[in-house]
Amino acid sequence: MSAAEALSQVPSDASAVDRQEFPPVRSRRMSTRFLRSELRLIYGRRRNIAGMAVLAVVPIIIAFAVRYSGSPRGGGGGGGEGGFIGQATNNGLFVGLAALTVELPLFLPLAVAVVAGDAVAGEANVGTLRYLLARPVQRTRLLAVKYLGVLIATITAVLLVAVVGVGFGLALFGAGPVTLLSGTQVSTAVGLWRLLLVCGYLVICLAAFGAMGLFVSTLTEQPIGATIAVVGLALLSQILDSVTQLSAIHPYLPTHYWLSFGDLLRDPISTDQIVPGIVSAVVYGAIFLAAAWARFGTKDITS
Amino acid sequence: MTSPVGTSVTPSDPAPPVAGTLPAAGPAVLPLQSTAMSGISGDGFAVTSDGLTKRFRGGQVAVDHIALAVPHGAVYGFLGPNGSGKTTTIRMLLGLVRPTAGTNTLLGGRIPEDSQRVLPRVGALVEGPAFHPYLSGRDNLRRLDAADRMADPANCAERIAGALERVGLSAAAGKRFRNYSLGMRQRLGIAAALLQPRQLLILDEPTNGLDPQGTREVRSLVTDLAAGGVTVLLSTHLLSEVEQICTHVGVMHVGKLVAQSRLSDLRSQTAQRIRVHTTRPELAAASLTRLGLHDVIAEGAQTSGQSSGEVTALLGSADPEWVIAALVHDEVPVLAFGPVPVNLEDVFVTLTGEGFGVSG
Repeated sequence: MSAAEALSQVPSDASAVDRQEFPPVRSRRMSTRFLRSELRLIYGRRRNIAGMAVLAVVPIIIAFAVRYSGSPRGGGGGGGEGGFIGQATNNGLFVGLAALTVELPLFLPLAVAVVAGDAVAGEANVGTLRYLLARPVQRTRLLAVKYLGVLIATITAVLLVAVVGVGFGLALFGAGPVTLLSGTQVSTAVGLWRLLLVCGYLVICLAAFGAMGLFVSTLTEQPIGATIAVVGLALLSQILDSVTQLSAIHPYLPTHYWLSFGDLLRDPISTDQIVPGIVSAVVYGAIFLAAAWARFGTKDITS
Repeated sequence: MTSPVGTSVTPSDPAPPVAGTLPAAGPAVLPLQSTAMSGISGDGFAVTSDGLTKRFRGGQVAVDHIALAVPHGAVYGFLGPNGSGKTTTIRMLLGLVRPTAGTNTLLGGRIPEDSQRVLPRVGALVEGPAFHPYLSGRDNLRRLDAADRMADPANCAERIAGALERVGLSAAAGKRFRNYSLGMRQRLGIAAALLQPRQLLILDEPTNGLDPQGTREVRSLVTDLAAGGVTVLLSTHLLSEVEQICTHVGVMHVGKLVAQSRLSDLRSQTAQRIRVHTTRPELAAASLTRLGLHDVIAEGAQTSGQSSGEVTALLGSADPEWVIAALVHDEVPVLAFGPVPVNLEDVFVTLTGEGFGVSG
């Protein structure tokens, strides 16, 4: 008997209603439906689209500034990562790297924090959280879908900056030999592969940061508050990281290894900073995901 | 819907309820203690709770040892002033808020342990509708449906269209929720609860914000659903709503369930008053008092030399025919005689000791 039939039967005596058989719970196959709905929500918001536009505009500005300023080596500093801008005229790939470098301290964390801070607090704020949970959605499943959404948004943000940078860079400067930080020259294909590694590393770092955002998002019903708090944490971490007297705690700061991605542009790749960077990200991510789960799993939903 | 529900509220004790803990002058309704319902398994009841208590941080007890028992097929009016703990109770029933003490079941399953099994058969409207403001009504329903593992994506569009149709929102389905009026929001909330076939509906103030026409529509919708066998727990602060559509009623007051009974029992156990319309109220009052009726109240009106008024009194065990005979015998000019309609409001004021304002 289908549920509709069960419901349409008018019982002669209401007490006969009691144990009408409803169809058994459908087999719990894996479905990406909820995740897809979550992604539609994230990518459909004008606020997020505007944020992505800002992320994408930075490499475009860099590319045109270098192309038409006439003095590519004038600004941006000499060696290290700042030198990416100077290298842009040799190979368009460096526009992407330069854009990632300048967006890493604030814009990229901000983009991740907006989505992560909104994840649970946003639903609580408009009241939809109670309806999702009553649907029912298991709390662990809700967090998992929310974090997957944050993760995919993080990947999108990093790739967006890189792809727009590389696209405009190649269009304006073409592809030449890529000079790595260690001085070796490699082909554009190898250079692209290295850039992809950089993106992967940054996604790992920012995913850990997104886990912090998700945790803070379970603490409040104010999504903006969660976003500000977690961006504030990132900035504080970078400030502490710049105070040399505090060097003892530097390795434990969540943002400490972010800029180490330059090591992926050496030949051979130096793992001295990359491996601890990945370990740091995984540990931070695990701690904050566990905290979010512990907090959200038992929380009273009064919003 | 007025057809009685065949299940007694007290399965362990089918004897007529006796007044005990209630104010002496109050109507005889079920006295409730937290132990009264212990021993109920979820069977036979769509909703039960036992000693359900919520104490918020800060020590405020929002819900105090309540023992709900909602029989299958009932339309249960969960009545109480704003702030009496109804919404916190509903949140506990659905597993949104963890009780400080006590347990509850929905459709025979314990909450929160069996939530994933029973909640798909429960539709809920909790403390007003809530949707994403920048999505259309239809997209909001799609979002909720996507989150539901039991929902079949193949017939999602038809189910959404059906639910919107049922609440009269088809025309506005494509509008952003932000631009919905309060009444449209309420309708969308009900549509969300009806996306799937349900066995139990928990509706918190479903007519809030609706115009009289919308209120009528929602009431008739609830009545239809109940006629189809759906159990409805309807929280409200409106007595008229309970009187019009409920078969059972539970009354909350400052966190306690002060009464729970069939509506018809509540009415019949309420002490019957009679009313005499007469041109000589003082004569009638004297006559009724002589008869030994209690609580005789005379309300006279002097208008342009003509006096007429009304006298009411508790009928008690007296026979109304005998009262009329006595009045006539005492030469009281009786213009009209009849029972005073049972006023639920009086019942609840007696139960809660106050009107339907806001509980402290």
